[in-house]
Amino acid sequence: MSHSASHADSHGHGSHGHGDHAKYPFLAHHFDTPNQQFESGKLGMWVFLATEVLFFGALFVMYAILRFKDPQVFSYAANYLDTILGGINTCVLILSSLTMAIGVRAAQTNKKGLLSLCLALTLAGAIGFLVIKYFEYTHKFHLNLKWGQAFYQPVTEADAAAAKVEAKPVENPVLAISSPNPSAGASTVSLASPPPADKTAIAAPKMGPDGVATTEMVEAVDKPVHAAHPEGPHLLDPDMPANTHRFFAIYYIMTGLHGIHVVIGVGVIGWLLVGSLRGRYSSDYYTPVDLVGLYWHVVDLVWIFLFPLFYLIH
Amino acid sequence: MASHAHSSHDHGHGHAHGEAHPLVGHLVPYSTLFATGAALLVLTVITVAARYVDLGEANIYLAIGIAVVKATLVSLFFMHLRWDRPFNLMVLVGSMLFVVLMMVFCMMDVGQYMDTENKGNPKAVQNYLDANAPFAPVTSKK
Repeated sequence: MSHSASHADSHGHGSHGHGDHAKYPFLAHHFDTPNQQFESGKLGMWVFLATEVLFFGALFVMYAILRFKDPQVFSYAANYLDTILGGINTCVLILSSLTMAIGVRAAQTNKKGLLSLCLALTLAGAIGFLVIKYFEYTHKFHLNLKWGQAFYQPVTEADAAAAKVEAKPVENPVLAISSPNPSAGASTVSLASPPPADKTAIAAPKMGPDGVATTEMVEAVDKPVHAAHPEGPHLLDPDMPANTHRFFAIYYIMTGLHGIHVVIGVGVIGWLLVGSLRGRYSSDYYTPVDLVGLYWHVVDLVWIFLFPLFYLIH
Repeated sequence: MASHAHSSHDHGHGHAHGEAHPLVGHLVPYSTLFATGAALLVLTVITVAARYVDLGEANIYLAIGIAVVKATLVSLFFMHLRWDRPFNLMVLVGSMLFVVLMMVFCMMDVGQYMDTENKGNPKAVQNYLDANAPFAPVTSKK
C-alpha cells in the first residue's frame, strides 16, 4: 500500500491523512481526503459523460447526413411531430434539471427534507416526460408513422384501396408489354416500396416542348415542400417526398435512445430518493447526488438539441 | 491554483449565515439557479417562436445557436463547471470538439460523393428529381 507515497506526492498537506479516515466514515481507504475522493468521483463521471456525448454525437452526425441528402424530407415530415407536446416536454426537462440543481444545493447545506422534495419533483418530471413521450409514440404508431417499410403499410382499408388505385399502371404501353400479366399489375405493386416512380400516373405533365421547363414549373420546383395534411393518411398525400420514412427512423433512434436515458434517470433518481429518505446524504457526503445530477443535466442537454432539430424545422 | 482541500471554503459567496457548509464542492446561490432556469425557459419560448419566422437557411443556424447558448448555461451553472476544476470542462469540450470533427469530415465526404452517387445510380437520380423536380420527365420519357 503506497499510502505514504501517494500522500507525499499529492498536495503536500501534511495535516490531512490518517486523521481524516477516523473523522469521515465515508472516506475510502485509498483516498487521502474527502475532497480528493469527491473530485475523483466527479472526474470519473465527466469521463463517462464524455462517452455519452460521443455516443449521441455519432447519431447527430447520422442526422446531419440524412438531412443533407434529403432536406425536403425533414421539412415535410417535421410537420407530423407535435410542437406543443415537444415544447411541454422541453419545459418539463428544464424544470426537472432546475429541481435537481436545487436538490444538490439542499444536500450541500444539509437540508434533508428539501433534498427529498427536490428529488421527488425531479422524479415526477422524468416520469412526466416519459408519459408525454408515450402519448406521442402511440399516436404515431397508430398512424403507421414508423421507420422502414412499416411506414408504407396502409393504415386503413380505404388507404389500401386508394393506394392500389393510385399505383395501378394506366395507359403505359411500356409497362404493359414488359409485364407478363398486365391485369396483375395492380396486385403486384408492392406497398412496401416507396411511392410510385411511375411518372405516367401524374395527370397532366405541365411542361413546355420536350425537355423545356415552363416558368410555372420552375416556380413550382423552387417552392419548399410542406406537409399539407399532417392529420390525414400520409400514404395518400401526393406531396410526400421520397424517403420520408428515413426521418422517422432517425427520430425514433435518437428520441428512443434519449428516452432510455430518461428511464435510467428514473431508476437512479429513485435510488437517490430512497437514500435521501433514509438520511444517507449530508453536507459532508453527497457525491451520489452530485454525480446523478450531472447525468440528469446531460439528459437535459441532449434534449435541448433534439427538440429544435426534430420539432422546430422551418 | 487554490489547494483543493480548502477550495470549498475559499468561496465565501453563496451561503447565508447559519447555513451548513459543504465539506467539498461549490455552493451555487439560489438566485443563480433560478435565473438559469428562467433563462432556459425564455430561450425555449424564443426558439419555438423562431420556428415560425422565415429566415431561409438561417433558421437552422439560429435554432442550433440558441441550443448552444442553453447548453452553455446548463453546463456552467447547473453542472457547476463555472467553479469546477478546469480539467472537467476540458473533458466536456474535448468530447464535443471530436463530435464536431467527425461531423465536418463526414459532411465533406458525403458532399464529395453526392454527385457521383447520383450519376451512377439512375434510381437515386429519379428519387432526387421526384423530390426536387416532380414534373421532370426522365424514366417515363419515350
